[in-house]
Amino acid sequence: MEKFTILSGIAAPMDMMNIDTDQIIPKLHLRTIKRTGLGKVVFDELRFNTDGSEKPDFVLNREPYRRASILVAGDNFGCGSSREHAPWALLDFGIRCIIATSFADIFYNNCFKNCMLPVTVGKDDWRLLLNDAADSDNPRLMVDLEALTITRPGGDQIAFEIDGFRRDCLLKGLDDIGLTLQRADKIDAFEAAQSEQQPWLYTSAVQ
Amino acid sequence: MASPQTLFDKIWQSHVVDVQDDGTTILYIDRHLLHEVLSPQAFEGLRLAGRQVRRRDATLAVADHNVPTTDRRQGIEDPESRLQVETLSINCREFDVPIFDMLDPRQGIVHVIGPEQGFTLPGTTVVCCDSHTATHGAFGALAFGIGTSEGEHVLATQTLRTSKPKNMRVLVDDPLPPGCTGKDLILAIIGRMGTAGGTGHIVEYVGRAFRDLSMEGRMTVSNMTIEAGARAGLVAPDDKTFDYLKGRPMAPQGVQWDAAVAYWRTLKSDDGAVYDREVRIDAGDIAPQVTWGTSPEDVVPITGAVPDPQDAPTEAKRTAMRRSLDYMGLTPGTPMTDVAIDNVFIGSCTNSRIEDLRAAADILRGRRVAAHVDAMVSPGSSIIKQQAEAEGLDQVFIAAGFQWRESGCSMCLGMNPDRVAPGKRCASTSNRNFEGRQGRDARTHLVSPAMAAAAAVTGRLTDVRQLAR
Repeated sequence: MEKFTILSGIAAPMDMMNIDTDQIIPKLHLRTIKRTGLGKVVFDELRFNTDGSEKPDFVLNREPYRRASILVAGDNFGCGSSREHAPWALLDFGIRCIIATSFADIFYNNCFKNCMLPVTVGKDDWRLLLNDAADSDNPRLMVDLEALTITRPGGDQIAFEIDGFRRDCLLKGLDDIGLTLQRADKIDAFEAAQSEQQPWLYTSAVQ
Repeated sequence: MASPQTLFDKIWQSHVVDVQDDGTTILYIDRHLLHEVLSPQAFEGLRLAGRQVRRRDATLAVADHNVPTTDRRQGIEDPESRLQVETLSINCREFDVPIFDMLDPRQGIVHVIGPEQGFTLPGTTVVCCDSHTATHGAFGALAFGIGTSEGEHVLATQTLRTSKPKNMRVLVDDPLPPGCTGKDLILAIIGRMGTAGGTGHIVEYVGRAFRDLSMEGRMTVSNMTIEAGARAGLVAPDDKTFDYLKGRPMAPQGVQWDAAVAYWRTLKSDDGAVYDREVRIDAGDIAPQVTWGTSPEDVVPITGAVPDPQDAPTEAKRTAMRRSLDYMGLTPGTPMTDVAIDNVFIGSCTNSRIEDLRAAADILRGRRVAAHVDAMVSPGSSIIKQQAEAEGLDQVFIAAGFQWRESGCSMCLGMNPDRVAPGKRCASTSNRNFEGRQGRDARTHLVSPAMAAAAAVTGRLTDVRQLAR
């Protein structure tokens, strides 16, 4: 997997709460068997009219936010469906970091599997960062996963926290299936014990 | 003596394979369900890495999201939908994973067929790349939705890397009033908790209101736990659970059944067990519920009115409400029963089981769908469809003017051709009223099956208690 260390880029403000995964990537675009190519339809119904023309008010249709790599969004980002197409679509557009006051659990997990960083910050810090992003003359933020800081356009820094294992995986670009398979002996031992205690889990499922 | 444990603690602890120094747990997964939409990239990942499926006997796939609910022998018209369904079959063949394909008599919505087949069992861990996996928690299984990459991890290792969520208890100790169902109960709970109220938690539903529910009702409650932000809901298994499962094709048989039930009876929270949070709700206050906005938390009793953003506590909430009302085409203060509807959908993993169909048919018997309303019902599985036909329910729906369809996810999210047209308003038994969920610019009001039937008859949102016999 790719690594995530430092990301410096344009941050787009999206001051909406409960942005759900149906909004990030509507269902018609789930009919793909690939992970790539979804950037052109990310936020489809917010971003485009039915005739395919752009909605000029939508932030990612405006300069400089067409080149955004960071999103500053409202509470409970990514709620709803578990579709990993949501982070895939954001990533394919170029967004690798989302900053919000809170995230829905499944979306949050999905980000780390795709070398994307969801950053949770407090309300006051979030307001500052949203205002920074809203300044289209200089909406540039720097997110440093090693130092666990966000550097604002004026140079001030905001600290954030993240789970140690996940940070490590992003920094090193680790393949977690490979890591787990290194513990195959423990999985074998678990199955041996469980199949004695609950044999029905091993004999009566799908034949 | 060991300290008292919650049901969640017990299931979690019995599935820990390994705990790393930083607290990350490798958790064993007993049951893995798959559908065609969120699995192709997981199989592709396995293929690229040259990995196998670790336990095909603990994995079950079904095509449900893209399948047409009209005559299936014609195949799938849309080329992308067809490719996705075919890809599931190809992947399952290549990796030797059991599958119910589109024409299998056991086909149905993934969260309906798991319990129906006895694949879902108490005390197990159940995952699926689908957020409504929470449904299976009705059986006292720790069941939650995962992403596709996590699904690939489960296919390859039969485990997940995760950290232990917090545990919340939702207590409703009095009986539900007449006219109220599991759907009304869970909508009221979501309204109280908010759509992010359960984030980071597993919810255990405790109290008489849940004990009184049938397994179907418990599945409806557990199913929508994710709409309150919690990944899983749990109801302690009891005799209703065991009666439901006994004799199902994939449930344990004979002496194994007896041993299983003996173990399942231990699966309840100990007296004095501690939860991280508790929410208590009086069921006596609950009236049939209906949503007015674009989040499942936007809920009012059918006796209520469209709320006014001015009354919201924060500016962020006021902004969100104004946006919702604009999308929904509603004016604050309008009585909910004045809202006219265009469509009715009875179906989805939330409310498509036999009890749901019976409840709707009870309202429809001898009545007609309003002339301007387009109404359809999609049973949760082909087996439920057959059972309903044996009971004559199909004839009740058809006589009333409903379309009687095949089973699938259908108009809950409209990945197949079943969609609500732009600007149209649908009373729906599904689980999400998000913008664009049932179709671009479609407006959704979430209700119980009986409420949906009542709305079909009058052509507007209706208090089902006025039509009850």
